[in-house]
Amino acid sequence: MTVESTAPRKPRRSAGTKSTAGKRTTARKSPHAEPELVQLLTPEGERVENAEYDKYVAGITPEELRGLYRDMVLTRRFDAEATSLQRQGELGLWASLLGQEAAQIGSGRALRDDDYVFPTYREHGVAWCRGVDPTNLLGMFRGVNNGGWDPNGNNFHLYTIVIGSQTLHATGYAMGIAKDGADSAVIAYFGDGASSQGDVAESFTFSAVYNAPVVFFCQNNQWAISEPTEKQTRVPLYQRAQGFGFPGVRVDGNDVLASLAVTKWALERARSGEGPTLVEAYTYRMGAHTTSDDPTRYRGDEERLAWEAKDPILRLRRYLEASNHADEGFFAELEAESEALGRRVREAVRAMPDPDHFAMFENVYADGHALVDEERAQFAAYQASFADVEGA
Amino acid sequence: MAAEKMALAKAINESLRSALEADPKVLVMGEDVGKLGGVFRVTDGLQKDFGESRVIDTPLAESGIVGTAIGLALRGYRPVVEIQFDGFVFPAYDQIVTQLAKMHARSLGKVKLPVVVRIPYGGGIGAVEHHSESPEALFAHVSGLKVVSPSNASDAYWMMQQAIQSDDPVIFFEPKRRYWDKAEVNTEAIPGPLHKARVVREGTDLTLAAYGPMVKLCQEVADAAAEEGKSLEVLDLRSVSPLDFDSIQTSVEKTRRLVVVHEAPVFFGSGAEIAARITERCFYHLEAPVLRVGGYHAPYPPARLEEEYLPGLDRVLDAVDRALAY
Repeated sequence: MTVESTAPRKPRRSAGTKSTAGKRTTARKSPHAEPELVQLLTPEGERVENAEYDKYVAGITPEELRGLYRDMVLTRRFDAEATSLQRQGELGLWASLLGQEAAQIGSGRALRDDDYVFPTYREHGVAWCRGVDPTNLLGMFRGVNNGGWDPNGNNFHLYTIVIGSQTLHATGYAMGIAKDGADSAVIAYFGDGASSQGDVAESFTFSAVYNAPVVFFCQNNQWAISEPTEKQTRVPLYQRAQGFGFPGVRVDGNDVLASLAVTKWALERARSGEGPTLVEAYTYRMGAHTTSDDPTRYRGDEERLAWEAKDPILRLRRYLEASNHADEGFFAELEAESEALGRRVREAVRAMPDPDHFAMFENVYADGHALVDEERAQFAAYQASFADVEGA
Repeated sequence: MAAEKMALAKAINESLRSALEADPKVLVMGEDVGKLGGVFRVTDGLQKDFGESRVIDTPLAESGIVGTAIGLALRGYRPVVEIQFDGFVFPAYDQIVTQLAKMHARSLGKVKLPVVVRIPYGGGIGAVEHHSESPEALFAHVSGLKVVSPSNASDAYWMMQQAIQSDDPVIFFEPKRRYWDKAEVNTEAIPGPLHKARVVREGTDLTLAAYGPMVKLCQEVADAAAEEGKSLEVLDLRSVSPLDFDSIQTSVEKTRRLVVVHEAPVFFGSGAEIAARITERCFYHLEAPVLRVGGYHAPYPPARLEEEYLPGLDRVLDAVDRALAY
């Protein structure tokens, strides 16, 4: 997308001198074009040095590298299975993470068990890192529940559908950690579209004012349904942090090592009382926003092909192979494991029972509510009236 | 302190104070609640005694106040947040409705959200736009929220205690025009259930049901009607959600007539719900349709007009006369 095509231009001013036009072009430089991002692995799988962030992955073992690769492959396989299940009518909707595996696995593996995660509805890879069974993620998309896991079981909050709301919950939770005198941290996931929401701006304000130990992890996947990043911002997103008084950094979100290193850095800042950080993981949503979306209406193949060349899984595979950290046996075994995961997910979804009819009255209130009790009783009587007919 | 006469605002202050003392997880949050003590001084002196970490002055961002309170509650705290005025709650409405109200159910009961949202509400104080509204029906309509409104200092003290102890989010509407009304508060009493209505005055000819700022008006109406030989029963509903329909039914079965009074617009208001349900429950007892007295389907008017907009003695008496004429 060119700058000219998005910039609103008054006819009167468009007749400006050449130099004016040049200045305006500079001022409206697309956030897409920003080159400055932290990268430790090139798309060709070459390890590049980075004086600032290398130390956060310095001790990483070949086994750990294979682990990151495995996480990404299995997450992609799970995601593909869920997409297929939606096409087969087993899920009502699916929000694919295809292309964002490195951002999610890198940041997810940077976390400690006692850290707390506030996700959007696309953080399947982070959920994987937290030990949430992937089949639990599918309940809400199948329509059998609105959550599906105990947030405190894995310190992984429920998916949040309303864009950006969870960044405030993350900030409040982090304020609580600070009050408790604990040294854990919180990470809030959101997207480039959510960056336009007032709640995200308010969470930046609150976290800065109270110096809350929270990492804001924005996956800029370039598209908020059909709206490109240019419709959200005129400056690179990570630069937003500066105006709120904390650092922002852009990381190559297709580079799992860089995502891991930068998130570790940000978490360490949070733990040591230095307050919030904004990490912009520059990545790409290769698929549709959700299975209801049709990206062919708003973006071309060229863009997708360019990003496919930066595929996060391929790049780590190239590195593993070139450095002899993984052999054919590893990849073959992982392939078999992927297939088994796909099968398990497929079977689990089809076996998911519909919820009990009375489930809608459960947990509306912690302490109960007279109206809920009354309506549950009415519903029970209504249901029972059918049983009478059937029994007659 | 056991029994003492105090203003309603002071009773809430004392209630917050005792909650802060009793439980280190209780927090007070909001705009200007610290040094200033709130624009109505409801939180006066609390920050001085409990510190900035417990009584928290927040940025001017209502969604942020409620959203961070949700996060604090998830961490085990019990935040009591102040929305400065009724009309300012709407920036936080999304957080309250889509997040605060639903999270317990979404988590299948795994997480609790013991958050109290205090909202000084209602008119009659000559304020400017957005400072006099009664949006309680908008919250009562939302499952997952509890909505209460005390009418006097004693209830204000005890209902706040109970709201803070509740594991559910409670929207606590404070009748700002009654902030300075004094009543006896016994801080060692054993309070009744939070959502139970109370018969303020016994009567036989007609029931007046109200909550918050309108209870005092209904007592005045009953006094005036008594001079004309009419015996009115006055119910203080105290809670808008859940609503104590059993107590209303009991009263209506006795008096056979019901007039509901609230400041909020009548259209789709809490009076409509009461009228519908009481008609279902008491159809054969009623001698007259349930009548409602409240605000009009118009923006809350400028202060010089608010006495025309708000239910007053004559408007309620007129409704009483109409009900008795059937």
